[in-house]
Amino acid sequence: MPLPETDLDARLQAILRAFEGVEAPLLEILHAVQLEFGHVPEGAQRQIAEALNLSRAEVHGVVSFYHDFRTEVGGRHDLKICRAEACQSMGGEALARQAREALGIDFGETAADGSVSLGSVYCLGLCACAPAAMLDGTPVGRLDGPQLEALISETRR
Amino acid sequence: MTVTIFVPDDSGALAVGAEAVCDAIRRESATRGADVRLVRNGSRGLYWLEPMVEVEIDGRRFAYGPVTPADVAGLFDAGFPDAGSHPLSLGPTEDIPFLERQTRLTFARCGVIDPLSVADYERHGGLAGLRAAAAMNASEIVETVTASGLRGRGGAGFPTGIKWKTVLEAKGARKVIVCNADEGDSGTFADRMIMEGDPLVLIEGMAIAALATGADQGFIYIRSEYPHAIAKIRRALVAARQSRMIGPSILESGHGFDIEVRVGAGAYVCGEETSLLNSLEGKRGVVRAKPPLPAHHGFLGRPTVVNNVISLASVPVILAKGADHYRDFGMGRSRGTIPIQLAGNVRRGGLFEAAFGMTLGEIVDDIGGGTASGRPVKAVQVGGPLGAYFPRSLFDTPFDYEAFAARDGLIGHAGIVVFDDTADMLAQARFAFEFCAIESCGKCTPCRIGAVRGAETMDKIRRGEDVEANTALVADLCNTMKFGSLCALGGFTPYPVMSALRHFPNDIGRKPAAEAAE
Repeated sequence: MPLPETDLDARLQAILRAFEGVEAPLLEILHAVQLEFGHVPEGAQRQIAEALNLSRAEVHGVVSFYHDFRTEVGGRHDLKICRAEACQSMGGEALARQAREALGIDFGETAADGSVSLGSVYCLGLCACAPAAMLDGTPVGRLDGPQLEALISETRR
Repeated sequence: MTVTIFVPDDSGALAVGAEAVCDAIRRESATRGADVRLVRNGSRGLYWLEPMVEVEIDGRRFAYGPVTPADVAGLFDAGFPDAGSHPLSLGPTEDIPFLERQTRLTFARCGVIDPLSVADYERHGGLAGLRAAAAMNASEIVETVTASGLRGRGGAGFPTGIKWKTVLEAKGARKVIVCNADEGDSGTFADRMIMEGDPLVLIEGMAIAALATGADQGFIYIRSEYPHAIAKIRRALVAARQSRMIGPSILESGHGFDIEVRVGAGAYVCGEETSLLNSLEGKRGVVRAKPPLPAHHGFLGRPTVVNNVISLASVPVILAKGADHYRDFGMGRSRGTIPIQLAGNVRRGGLFEAAFGMTLGEIVDDIGGGTASGRPVKAVQVGGPLGAYFPRSLFDTPFDYEAFAARDGLIGHAGIVVFDDTADMLAQARFAFEFCAIESCGKCTPCRIGAVRGAETMDKIRRGEDVEANTALVADLCNTMKFGSLCALGGFTPYPVMSALRHFPNDIGRKPAAEAAE
């Protein structure tokens, strides 16, 4: 569902104003926009480009380069499972399978009911408490099957 | 009498329930009317014991762990804070063998102090380095760092003093200090620990770098996967400004320098210094060809120092205690100490800072205690996703930049990931290609296309198609990637791939575990 233009406008302009005078602010602006809207809407990219005197292609190029930025609305919750080596050594891939099966979606997708987006992350720096995951910015270590099940049901509440 | 209790506010401790333990202690002490002061310290790095709670009795710290919220009432029943007989009691913290055997220079305060208290920081030796630096001229500071033998702890091992000298001598109206806190290597968490447990030491190190090079602008580029470290550093910067560690005049020296936090956006390649600079400038994190060096032409064309967190955090102790003190630790051309991170399937996982020179076997078997699963150690990957897999037969390799290079490996950021005998090394080799394909910035062909073709060829080997010819093809591809890539992502992916194939030939013809079980 696209946001009403006027609503997007006012909130976006406030963000752009907050970064006036900051050197090379594009990434910071995109983070702020994603925090505000849950994603970086197409319309916002156009206005950011204008404000920073960049081409739309340049802004699009940056948005699409980084794994963090999404151009579609995500789920209400954000579940990230670490897929890197330290977690692999502790059975992380079995948990990745479990998450995929329990939610019926693949990594990079959002559940049909909009409850949760499932993501891969390559290292949370919790490698001495592997396997690890992060739910809405909260780190979880020494994750096991039942705990993952509990995390997933938390996202459905 | 007020009793001080320490509960770590470190991501690793929080991930295993430190917040709930802290709440339980608060509740329990309120119920019992105990006079308690709670300090949220960093982690000591003994992660298998986290959440590790400490109490201070007569100036001495005693540890308990791993503590769950359910244990808290029992601890108080046993006489907590002074509950030495409780099964979770670990005795005096400093006497725990894992800590006692370390040489903590860079991590001296991590887990000890309140990370955001400048007074606490100073009481434990903080600011001595910056004060010493403020009394020197720029080239004296650079000479001290050069004489210490400090090499870049991010992985490349380039002498820090030489990098600083280049920036000092470069012409430019503005110069910049960039701290690379894009710690993306699996198995590493030293940067995160210091940013959460002793952020002021990093800020002090950057301020010293500014005095040494004439820089007035600083950035800490932190990966977005570290929200807790980002928040801590932001608060520490406020405290540092208040106490004039940074700001219009560092310790009234007349030299102005301030630091901004910038947040990454989930791109592993941005740990590479030129791609980091592009990202900092708000561009795609694409690698730049060198020359020009960042030291001459870095952030927005300004002469720029790009140093890893641990390199910068090691500078204050060098200035405070002298170059000799630091250089006297270590072996060969690897001087000083290195914070080794034990991770993955290891019994005692955590941070172990020691002088260079211990053997890999000592670190994994003796310090780490072997695997967490109790099964035999099959392989260790040293230096992150671009590091080689070493079998037990190479466990006599000393932890030293040159010794690892001589055996086709690398120390990298000093993370060690342990695998037990259930590991499938063909799958690990394939993953190295897959990871490279996911994270490639796309600038150069060997990395962008080679990674994809490599993963496909590994799948053919897995299916048993022309195993010999395809293995030779992978070796050839690795050679192209190694010599034809601009940066370490494409250039070092061959390390995990080739080491897995070379050292674990029995895994090459093996069927995947799921199929074999059917």
